[in-house]
Amino acid sequence: MKTEHTPNEVSIPEATLRKWEARGVSRRDFIKFCTATTAAMALPMTFVPRVAQAMEDNRLPVIWVEYQSCSGDSEAFLRANQPAAGDIILDVISLEYSEVIMAAAGHLAEEAKQQAMEKYKGKYVLIVEGAIPKGDGGVYCTVGGRSAVDSCTELVRNAAATICVGSCASFGGIPAAAPNPTGAVSVMDLVPGAPVINLPGCPVNAENLTATIVHFLTFGKLPATDRLGRPKFAYGKRIHDNCERRAHFDAGQYAEVFGDAGHRQGHCLYKLGCKGPETFHNCPTIRYNEGTSWPVMAGHGCVGCSEPQFWDTMSPFYRRLPNVPGFDVEMTADKIGIGLAAATAVAFGAHGVASCFRRGDNMEQDKVIEEE
Amino acid sequence: MLQIRYVWEWPVRITHWVNALSIVVLSVTGFYIGNPFVTVHSTNQFVMGTMRVVHYGFAYAFALSVLARVVWSLVGNHHASWREFFPWLTPSGWKRIIGTFKYYAFMAKKPPYEVGHNALAAMAYSAVFILYLVQIVSGFALYGQFSPGVGWYSFFAPVLTAFGNQGLRLTHHLVMWLLIGFAIHHVYSAWLMDVKEKNGTLSSIFGGYKFVEPEDL
Repeated sequence: MKTEHTPNEVSIPEATLRKWEARGVSRRDFIKFCTATTAAMALPMTFVPRVAQAMEDNRLPVIWVEYQSCSGDSEAFLRANQPAAGDIILDVISLEYSEVIMAAAGHLAEEAKQQAMEKYKGKYVLIVEGAIPKGDGGVYCTVGGRSAVDSCTELVRNAAATICVGSCASFGGIPAAAPNPTGAVSVMDLVPGAPVINLPGCPVNAENLTATIVHFLTFGKLPATDRLGRPKFAYGKRIHDNCERRAHFDAGQYAEVFGDAGHRQGHCLYKLGCKGPETFHNCPTIRYNEGTSWPVMAGHGCVGCSEPQFWDTMSPFYRRLPNVPGFDVEMTADKIGIGLAAATAVAFGAHGVASCFRRGDNMEQDKVIEEE
Repeated sequence: MLQIRYVWEWPVRITHWVNALSIVVLSVTGFYIGNPFVTVHSTNQFVMGTMRVVHYGFAYAFALSVLARVVWSLVGNHHASWREFFPWLTPSGWKRIIGTFKYYAFMAKKPPYEVGHNALAAMAYSAVFILYLVQIVSGFALYGQFSPGVGWYSFFAPVLTAFGNQGLRLTHHLVMWLLIGFAIHHVYSAWLMDVKEKNGTLSSIFGGYKFVEPEDL
């Protein structure tokens, strides 16, 4: 029997669309933004009107601070213009402080930050970019004369929620890589127990940041996270399991070196050290820069940038396995293993030859009867 | 007069051979998964996919076999008992360990006369069992990542946090080589004892029976 299926009507009120048009965002762009963000949060399309509604109600105060960072996450976010995310998000939030884009400088800017923190105490969202150096009393990073340790702790404690953008704020990232000379730590390690969500990646994917902010606007809380404090909607699946080259992996077709026939034909980058099987992120589905591309699509293996301590644990980037501690870097696990097996075989082989010529160690020899 | 003694009960023999077969299959497929050495010309093939399915199937067989053997060490005869695998806990066990070691090192004329495991071998097996557990834990922790947040993944999440994904992979790979080294030694020693002890060591792992002269015990 054929059943009639009527999808739930999903519409954004005309008045809302008009309002956004008046602000210079076409209705097409606004609808695209709402649907794409709803999809990124892994919510059904019936949530689109709620997302659109949330974009209207709020003027969420946001403080964006940077410590040991390269501003790559700010760059990634500001250059996102599909679906006009930068415009829309900057319209619905009230960005009180951001080193990269604010006009103010010096003591004036620091004063503005302090005022914003006090005015919106317990209400603002803090975005942290970069690791926080705890070593030697926090002398390695100071802003306006205050150490990153002090100012970050204060800002996190007074925030409604903290979003760590990029691997440095989330896990310590490159500043915390061995030997970690500045004692760099993540926000979660600096202020344990605070409501913090991690959006690791190098840089953060702007769409995931947008979706996290919109989630907070829509539901008033941070999205559900995994054991590393990362939102499940963005870090809930392994790169390898959603990879566009996965069919080549299963078939057994691999690029052996960069530029060979397999590489040119888009075969799997597994043997070139791709860390897709080790990394949880939505790069294959969301991609970077308006969905243009992502590392594996561009022909370079994943380096696992959204995993903890990736600089130490995922290297060497062009080999599958890490170096064996205590051995030369050229001594791979397999070379050591083959050496071990060969040495065992030689040692016991020699023992066997010697044992063949050994006399007097035979048991029950008196009972042996030699056959004709 | 020589006695025929039933030494290895059937669960001991079955788990031994399931382990042996699993280790061979898991090593070959595992080595391929770590370093795919087969050239594949068509996307229609499923070489890696097959290797992985076989690897995971035998991983379950191996894990169940190890579990069954652990259970049997509580209910089986005294040769199968867990006590057998810790000879260094008793002074007489130490004597047997040193006696066997001296024989291997050409420092003693004859090895101690044993019905079941010799003490040195039993000690090696307890180490091998630890390696088995390392392989099972690291293997299932890595395997579980296809489905984060549930099942094996959540069960072994503390292991993933402690050693990291790549640390587990390296461990899993290196322990494979240790087990291959052990297998070489194990087959050699079994042959050596079969020749020297003349008590049917090699056949006993198929049939369970050994030929023992009680006067020499």
